[in-house]
Amino acid sequence: MSHVKIVLKTEQVDEIKAICKAFHNDEGELINVLHKVQTFFGYLPAEVQEVIAHELRMSVAKVFGVVTFYSFFTMKPKGRFPISVCMGTACYVRGAEKVLDEFKRHLKIKVGESTPDGKFSLSSLRCVGACGLAPVVMVGEKVYGRVSSEDVKKIVAEYND
Amino acid sequence: MAKYKYHILICGGTGCRASESDQIHKQFDIILEEKSLEEDIQVIQTGCFGFCEKGPIVKIMPDNTFYTQVKPSDCLEIIEEHIIKGRSVNRLLYEDPETKKHVEDSKHMGFYKKQLRVALRNCGFINPEDINEYLANDGYLALANVLEQKNPMAVIETLKKSGLRGRGGGGFPTGLKWEFAAKNKGDQKYVVCNADEGDPGAFMDRSILEGDPHTVIEAMVINGYAIGSTMGLVYIRAEYPLAIQRLKIALDQALEYGFLGDDILGSGFNFNIDIRYGAGAFVCGEETALIHSMEGNRGEPTFKPPFPAESGYKGQPTNVNNVETYANIPVILNKGWEWFSSIGTEKSKGTKVFALAGKVNNVGLIEVPMGTTLREIIFEIGGGIKDGKEFKAVQTGGPSGGCLTQKHLDTPIDYDNLLASGSMMGSGGMIVMDEDDCMVAIAKFYLEFTVEESCGKCSPCRIGNMRLFEILEKICAGNGTREDLDQLRNLGNVIKDASLCGLGQTSPNPVLSTIDNFWDEYVAHVDDKKCPAGVCRDLKRYEIVPEACVGCTVCARNCPVNCIEGERKQVHFIQQDLCIKCGACYDKCKFNAIIIK
Ligand SMILES: Cc1cc2nc3c(=O)[nH]c(=O)nc-3n(C[C@H](O)[C@H](O)[C@H](O)COP(=O)(O)O)c2cc1C
Ligand code: SF4
Ligand code: SF4
Ligand code: SF4
Ligand code: FES
Repeated sequence: MSHVKIVLKTEQVDEIKAICKAFHNDEGELINVLHKVQTFFGYLPAEVQEVIAHELRMSVAKVFGVVTFYSFFTMKPKGRFPISVCMGTACYVRGAEKVLDEFKRHLKIKVGESTPDGKFSLSSLRCVGACGLAPVVMVGEKVYGRVSSEDVKKIVAEYND
Repeated sequence: MAKYKYHILICGGTGCRASESDQIHKQFDIILEEKSLEEDIQVIQTGCFGFCEKGPIVKIMPDNTFYTQVKPSDCLEIIEEHIIKGRSVNRLLYEDPETKKHVEDSKHMGFYKKQLRVALRNCGFINPEDINEYLANDGYLALANVLEQKNPMAVIETLKKSGLRGRGGGGFPTGLKWEFAAKNKGDQKYVVCNADEGDPGAFMDRSILEGDPHTVIEAMVINGYAIGSTMGLVYIRAEYPLAIQRLKIALDQALEYGFLGDDILGSGFNFNIDIRYGAGAFVCGEETALIHSMEGNRGEPTFKPPFPAESGYKGQPTNVNNVETYANIPVILNKGWEWFSSIGTEKSKGTKVFALAGKVNNVGLIEVPMGTTLREIIFEIGGGIKDGKEFKAVQTGGPSGGCLTQKHLDTPIDYDNLLASGSMMGSGGMIVMDEDDCMVAIAKFYLEFTVEESCGKCSPCRIGNMRLFEILEKICAGNGTREDLDQLRNLGNVIKDASLCGLGQTSPNPVLSTIDNFWDEYVAHVDDKKCPAGVCRDLKRYEIVPEACVGCTVCARNCPVNCIEGERKQVHFIQQDLCIKCGACYDKCKFNAIIIK
């Protein structure tokens, strides 16, 4: 699955187990469990999936199948400031692609990657529902509306201290 | 609401919250406290007013004054001028783009004049986090009547006669669906609300849940009573945190007030509602996929029949309806099916909510009677095309729909007319495009979406759409041929016929409809290697017109790769081999000296 092996701390394993238990270790609750674990852990690396599979008494393959099916779940850690550019139709027709290209150029990373210092990661998402503000960019929870490619530098600079 | 002199309503929808409507709320609270006005004036955060383009919106009741693009720093002036002195703050009023006059009363705004709010009746009027406000507006009245009359079949009859059809896409008659679910036997039937709203650029369902969550809860309980189910599930996108939060609050309040839970209103009827989260897969909006996802599996569709009404969640009879469908039900029961069926066209009754977005002046959430024309929606409600550009097309039905053009502007829109025009109602996304949009690129955009979202279970959809996408890429890159155009058509039709679920069956629509309506544009890409709208990057060439260039150097300073040369006050020129075609120079030149060839 992932290239770098990570070792989970005992507390982390306990927390994952506790989350599974809160859902009665029920196989049918897998998606809810994954949501909770991702919120806690930030992402869902193979090692975490193994713990979940064990707790819910199901195969790792099935957990992996579900994690990879849904775009909300990620197996890669995000940057400290995850940047998401909305590529929903409303944003697309108002120039979101140019904005995304500018982020790629400026940060020198591709969509789905993080900067080497782990500070920023870049992703595209589909409609955050603020289409009136299109094109929309989110950095963490903060929403930026009517973003043009010239604003990109300014937005990134806000997070460079 | 009576004891207050004024109510200040602040839009608390996702759009306005993104532009600091929270801060405005806080600011008002602070000022009112300083001036000891809290007793006379109530500040309420409501759901979406619909006029997202000019948000954040603040509305003063009972005057119906509608302030747009309000900033926290405007709050003091609103209080001092409007509330204390009774004069409206002109600079914050909406200015009619034609008459250039300020509009005092929102009823006279072009945006609202043609609208009829049924599903959205409470959005922007009540505080969604306070059940008492819902109750004050006939909330839970329909449920109380249904439980008192003790005649589930009568509810289904009323819905059948009303002519209500599903608002989630398919347009299946809701009464009939409930009847199937009622007749099928099961140990534990389920009621499911589909709040997955996967169409990118659509936000109807989210706004209803954010602005009026109780109406959905009420309708689900009625649904349970009518078909004999005691368990409801809402499947909602995890990307909608605000809607989830408001829904949770509403569920707690409904439980506390006895509209949910055991022995509802003393009737002996029990009903509970649980929330399930989506995880970002468009296909999970399809009902069979949605059910598999709720069971904790990959959200892959399965063949129908069996329909969910026979064998759905955990193999039990399950009734799936869309959020907006539900939002219509309490009103139909309160006002009667005659009232509802008097609105709309022959086969499409009632209203439809659309998320109007793209190149239109008034982006927002609108609700109109079925049968309203696209012209009325885009030019009257939407206020026309942005920046005075030319209207080109409008996409309805999202990635499953098609592009409609000038010639469709006067068609009354309902389920059947849209289908006949090569598009579909879909869930209500409506994206307006202007002369600057390339229809081949738009088709490619939708296909890219489909390819990403196809679950991969059946090959016509998995492989076929990928092929469509590759051909479109080839055309946009200037390598397309006439055979490719035939291929798009043939393959598109095969995918429609051979795919397992609605995603594949509709995915070629954006391609087929743009080929039909914009044939010349495809030909220009293929034969002349030109993109008439100047969008497709590989077919673009930026050039400076020497006669028009004054040598201001703006373009050179903005070019990210420094490929524009020229001295101050001298004609500039672009080194074509280095140009990355980003368009920055074109956007920046104030003298229209840069053209796209
Ligand atoms: C690919 C695909 C995506 C769909 N997405 C949605 C959706 O996001 N929301 C929705 O309510 N219905 C969606 N539907 C329609 C549902 O399958 C189903 O028909 C609908 O929820 C039934 O409710 P209604 O009769 O009230 O419209 C989708 C269908 C397909 C084929
Ligand atoms: S048509 Fe597409 S989305 Fe539907 S089942 Fe087939 S592969 Fe999956
Ligand atoms: S911005 Fe326009 S006018 Fe100014 S130098 Fe460039 S091309 Fe010439
Ligand atoms: S299009 Fe971009 S790269 Fe090309 S000349 Fe203009 S600014 Fe420079
Ligand atoms: S399409 Fe970007 S917010 Fe809706």
